[in-house]
Amino acid sequence: MSELRDYRQPWWHRLTGVLGEPSRRWRAMDDRERFQAGIVLRAVLVGVLVYATSWPLALLVAVIFAVQYAQPYIPEGYAWLRRAVIPTIVLLVAVLYPFYNGRLPDMRWLGAFPDVNTAVIMGVYVIMAIGLNIVVGYAGLLDLGYVAFYAMGAYTCAWFASVQFAKHHVQFGAVGVASTTPGIHISIWLLVLLAGILTAIIGIVIGLPTLRLRGDYLAIVTLGFGEILPQVANNGDSLGGFNLTNGPNGITPIDAPGFFGVSFQSGSGTFFTGPRLFFWFVLLLVMITVFCSLRLRDSRLGRAWIAIREDETAAAAMGVPLMRTKTWAYATGAFFGGVAGAYFASFKSSTFPNDFNFNISAFILSMVILGGMGNVWGVIFGAAFLAYLNQEGLANIGHSINQHLGTHLDVPLYQFGIYGAIIVLTMLIRPEGLIPSARRRAEFHEGVSDTPLYDTQQ
Amino acid sequence: MASEARREHISWVRGVRRAGAIPAVGFSLVALLLVWLGVNLVQTPSDFASVALEGLTLGLVYGLIALGYSLVYGILELINFAHGDVFMLGSWISLSVAAHKIGLTQSTSGFKVVWGLALTLLAAMAFCGILNVTIERLAYRPLRNAPRLAPLITAIGMSFILQDVGLNRLGPAPVSVPNILPTSAVFSIGGNEYRWSSLIVALTTFPILFLLIWLVQKTRQGKAMRATAQDQEAAAMMGINVNRTISFTFLIAGALAGVAGLLYALYSTNIRYDQGFQLGLIAFTAAVLGGIGNLPGAVLGAILIGLIQQFNEGLSWHAPSSQWTQSIVFAILILILVFRPEGLLGERTPEGG
Repeated sequence: MSELRDYRQPWWHRLTGVLGEPSRRWRAMDDRERFQAGIVLRAVLVGVLVYATSWPLALLVAVIFAVQYAQPYIPEGYAWLRRAVIPTIVLLVAVLYPFYNGRLPDMRWLGAFPDVNTAVIMGVYVIMAIGLNIVVGYAGLLDLGYVAFYAMGAYTCAWFASVQFAKHHVQFGAVGVASTTPGIHISIWLLVLLAGILTAIIGIVIGLPTLRLRGDYLAIVTLGFGEILPQVANNGDSLGGFNLTNGPNGITPIDAPGFFGVSFQSGSGTFFTGPRLFFWFVLLLVMITVFCSLRLRDSRLGRAWIAIREDETAAAAMGVPLMRTKTWAYATGAFFGGVAGAYFASFKSSTFPNDFNFNISAFILSMVILGGMGNVWGVIFGAAFLAYLNQEGLANIGHSINQHLGTHLDVPLYQFGIYGAIIVLTMLIRPEGLIPSARRRAEFHEGVSDTPLYDTQQ
Repeated sequence: MASEARREHISWVRGVRRAGAIPAVGFSLVALLLVWLGVNLVQTPSDFASVALEGLTLGLVYGLIALGYSLVYGILELINFAHGDVFMLGSWISLSVAAHKIGLTQSTSGFKVVWGLALTLLAAMAFCGILNVTIERLAYRPLRNAPRLAPLITAIGMSFILQDVGLNRLGPAPVSVPNILPTSAVFSIGGNEYRWSSLIVALTTFPILFLLIWLVQKTRQGKAMRATAQDQEAAAMMGINVNRTISFTFLIAGALAGVAGLLYALYSTNIRYDQGFQLGLIAFTAAVLGGIGNLPGAVLGAILIGLIQQFNEGLSWHAPSSQWTQSIVFAILILILVFRPEGLLGERTPEGG
């Protein structure tokens, strides 16, 4: 390839001085200079956050940066502190969120901080994005039909915790459902697990014939499944006369989860309100997901995934069973999609076929890409941020823009164009994402490619 | 090259699956399809004939889009997701030029329709071609050395951006296009009319297809395209400007999308901001069915898909009807990729599956 021009540098690097010069300088620095420049850059970021979102978010970010810089000074004997401090701070801030979110000042451009219901949705999307990250980020299989798993989870929950099958009368561990209510009502906690397992099985069934396909063909096939499943849900009100999914009207209401006779739908008293309970338990699910994801990444299986992502042929030569490893990635990703779908359906108390179109797949994909493929923390950030934008942020931003500039833009209408722009800009400017994993960054910048472009056509 | 050894290795690992039950399942599926068509033909011959003609017409429009996918895939191995949305913007520009700038309406007649539509066609081709080249320049070229999925992801992002441009221009509701072409019947088969508008749409595509085949097979530029598709590095050594050739390919693909945009607007008399996504996927399926990268294959696949869609929606005996069209098309896509990834006319490569 040396005879051809080198395209490793993005084209805008030629605009020296505007965008090219800073990154060129950054590359020329040694470690000490980078350390100093890092302090300045982080201070600038905090300053921008203070301007754009007022103090609370900026304070959190400043504390995290301070801890990062303080970590080398922690004595050797307290090494566990290094790993535990930042997660503990973030966890505390998150768990206590329902108590103080009403008292926070409004953000300048983004409006009020998200309310607890929005935070639940953000949590659900975080689970889904971590699940997709296993498929896309770890194993490097582009899945454009992830929404199919989400839909499977949601419908599993809906079938077994609603009056959809009114001919049957089964109740098991359901909270807040009268014993005379017809239909199947099973405890949501069991269903969340069941939905995950069922979806993982579906993932294996879809994966077995298709995972042998090459990367972009696999993407298209998953897209096909992602389009077929919602259509089945949409037409499923008379599959040979049997009403499976109630068609476009969807299945509603769906039972809420509960504990000790307290249903999350109504909550109990002013302390354990419904949204707060939903929020705390989605946090728990997120923590379990993060734990599983990190442990999986470091396991033998996870290392096999990363090996396949980096070089399929070399991995196969080293004895990694390709099909089995890929299928496991698919099944694991599907499992988390199903869990998130089931919990979300129970939270919304409804499920409609229109919730599951291709846009949602691309939306979750853009979370993974924006945050940083392969890095759980980046993906959490990307998912929480984009889900917030989707729920409240874009409307607030549109409101701010219209107020300041006197325009009449309907910003939320163009949400998918905005996500598209985020995808394109991320891929062009920082393909490894905002908070990248070190390995992934190296892959993008050293031009490691699974199939070189110039010798694939013979 | 080094990849040769790797390919042999892969085909050795995966070579087992061709034998045994899989071809048998594939053939029995095709046989079932033929039986279903045969029964329909015997039961309602006139319906069958008119539905087949409509399917052919629709298939030719799909073919123009499918060619765009196939051209780009052939040269860059990139599934240009944004292509369907370029086609949608082609429909939009055709509508705004024909109906708003030139002022063609249902009652316009004779000579003005001819030159008006010719002008619209040129405008749509130029607009979509330049748009496609710009997209390639801005979004795909910087990623030419990146991992292979990077440009595909970028293409999805571009598709969303273009779709929202269409949303801004057309609004969320379908926009109706005036019946500029005469809607009287050319002939009718058992009460089912075949209209002049459909015939004109079908007839317009043929010269364009022949022009394209001539361009790719006979001209110097076409030779450069084929060379670049085969081996970019060797083509560059032979003095071919690879970047310009790729840009030219995108120009041609975009121009074809522009033609398809105009013809689809005339044919369906209804355009929508998200038609690009739906029809783009259908056309992509057609390209895969015919063998992606293979130009006659793209047209053949598109005609087959058009026929299948119309048979599904128009026949009476055990047809699943239009609410299942999309599922059927995607099921075909999946089956093709699983059973015969090289398509009907494509060459079998070890990596094709």
